[in-house]
Amino acid sequence: MRWMLEPLGEDAVLLRLGDAISPEINRRVHALAARLDACRPAWLREIVPAYASLALIVEPGHPEIRDAPPLDRLHEWLAAQALDATAPRPDDDGPAAIVDIPTCYDGDCAPDLDDVAAHAGLKREDVVARHTGTVYIVGMLGFAPGFPYLIGLAPALAMPRRATPRVRVPAGSVAIGGAQTGLYPRESPGGWHVIGRTPLQLFDPERPQPSLLAPGQRVRFAAIDRAQWDATVGAARHV
Amino acid sequence: MSDATPGIEVLAPGLASTLQDLGRFGRRHLGVAWSGAADPWSHTLANLLVGNPGDAASLEITLTGPTLRFAAPTRIALCGAKIDARAGGLAIPGDRPVMLPAGTVLRLGRCRGGARAYLAVAGGFRAASRLGSLATDVRGGFGGHEGRPLHKGDRLSGGHPLESATDTPVAARWWIDASPGPAPTPSDAPCRVRLLPGRDACPDLFASAWQIDAGSNRQGLRLQGPALRIDDRRERVSEPVAPGTVQLPPDGQPIVLLADAQTHGGYPRIGHAIRADWPLLAQAGPGDRIRFVPCSPHEAHAAGLEQRQRLYRIALAIRARQDRHA
Repeated sequence: MRWMLEPLGEDAVLLRLGDAISPEINRRVHALAARLDACRPAWLREIVPAYASLALIVEPGHPEIRDAPPLDRLHEWLAAQALDATAPRPDDDGPAAIVDIPTCYDGDCAPDLDDVAAHAGLKREDVVARHTGTVYIVGMLGFAPGFPYLIGLAPALAMPRRATPRVRVPAGSVAIGGAQTGLYPRESPGGWHVIGRTPLQLFDPERPQPSLLAPGQRVRFAAIDRAQWDATVGAARHV
Repeated sequence: MSDATPGIEVLAPGLASTLQDLGRFGRRHLGVAWSGAADPWSHTLANLLVGNPGDAASLEITLTGPTLRFAAPTRIALCGAKIDARAGGLAIPGDRPVMLPAGTVLRLGRCRGGARAYLAVAGGFRAASRLGSLATDVRGGFGGHEGRPLHKGDRLSGGHPLESATDTPVAARWWIDASPGPAPTPSDAPCRVRLLPGRDACPDLFASAWQIDAGSNRQGLRLQGPALRIDDRRERVSEPVAPGTVQLPPDGQPIVLLADAQTHGGYPRIGHAIRADWPLLAQAGPGDRIRFVPCSPHEAHAAGLEQRQRLYRIALAIRARQDRHA
């Protein structure tokens, strides 16, 4: 495993494994994150994966570091891990289970589905078939707590972001932005095209595992009809 | 709020007043920002002045402060920006503990010489801990008081039971020198902020002073000045960012990320403000000017150690005063 090492301020480094959004590079990012997490020292405050890179952030002044320069400590520790010796091991592939995201692609759950269909030159049901016919990887979580950037969108469905972002995108909205698809954990402004909506609660700070999805997790969308949406939306809010 | 906890009623909310502590750590991989006081230095001092641990929750006040009614006797301290503060017809000074009798209405006005003031109460503001912190995460909508800035009519709980011998506010006769560094810049000169190099070099960043845009907030300081360009203009893949990161969007006007920094960003990174200067950034308000100066990791580390030593000395001095008056 090869990477570029770059400082990210005085107490963090960035490990860059590539410069593109690709499932292969991203899988290596998550494998590396898992290996570092397995031998994580107490002073390592954050391990933050992105599409093709990984940040390691030190807690300055931690009792095990005291007055030592954090970057020196980080470099020593990284050198001691002998990480570049092998390719990812099979158990580095992240959570094996695929998380199903029940999604309603109908009516007001999908205000931009027609636009995406027109842009792709497809019928609505073909867009849904392609969107549900793929297993995605959670490339990273960002923008807001629990917002997954999913890798694996069918190229035909890629579409530039809206010229004017929406002021309010409802919680649970499933959307397409560029070559990515993702989900809005709570109501927020947003510039992606909303093609569906899930009743699942993606992020809840009161749950033991606050985020439904973890970096590197595999995800699949499963279409539900309006009646199923209406039936599940109340109950699922309290998971 | 139970009847046993001293209540604090919000009569007017101020511009953006949020409960903050020193932040929420360890979950940036889930998209959770650190939050916490934008100026952790002033937040910590305010807490120390009322006898709290430095990480107790304080009220971060932005530009214009709230009006608060304290049901019970409360010891408070105000640090950070100099703020117009009045109670019972008296001016309430900052950087020292002040005893407020039951029923005091504290009117906090405009911040001067800084953008953010911190109000601490002895015993700390109480809020439910979320993911290990009391800090308000406005984007996530959790932490602090209902995950948002204060509204009129909110009732906060905080402080611990105290006796008050007087019916007017009583300020301590001593105060601390609360500046975060040994040599404060003259008020008319642009404030100097030390920068470590980022992935993309941009020497012009150091060539001029930058004015703070009114669209700035806890997520980032938006800077106005001559439009900057970098040589490598390829589209970037989003990478991790953190408080202190200086981003360069396509319009050439840099953004310095603050406490609510998002976890990832796709803009070029042209520098990183050193941690010891985050308090200066947090205190830069609309129209203020800052100037960047280059810095090495060694200097950044030394500045951090020096600031920590300074904090220890102030904490010892405060403790000595409190023991004498106990």
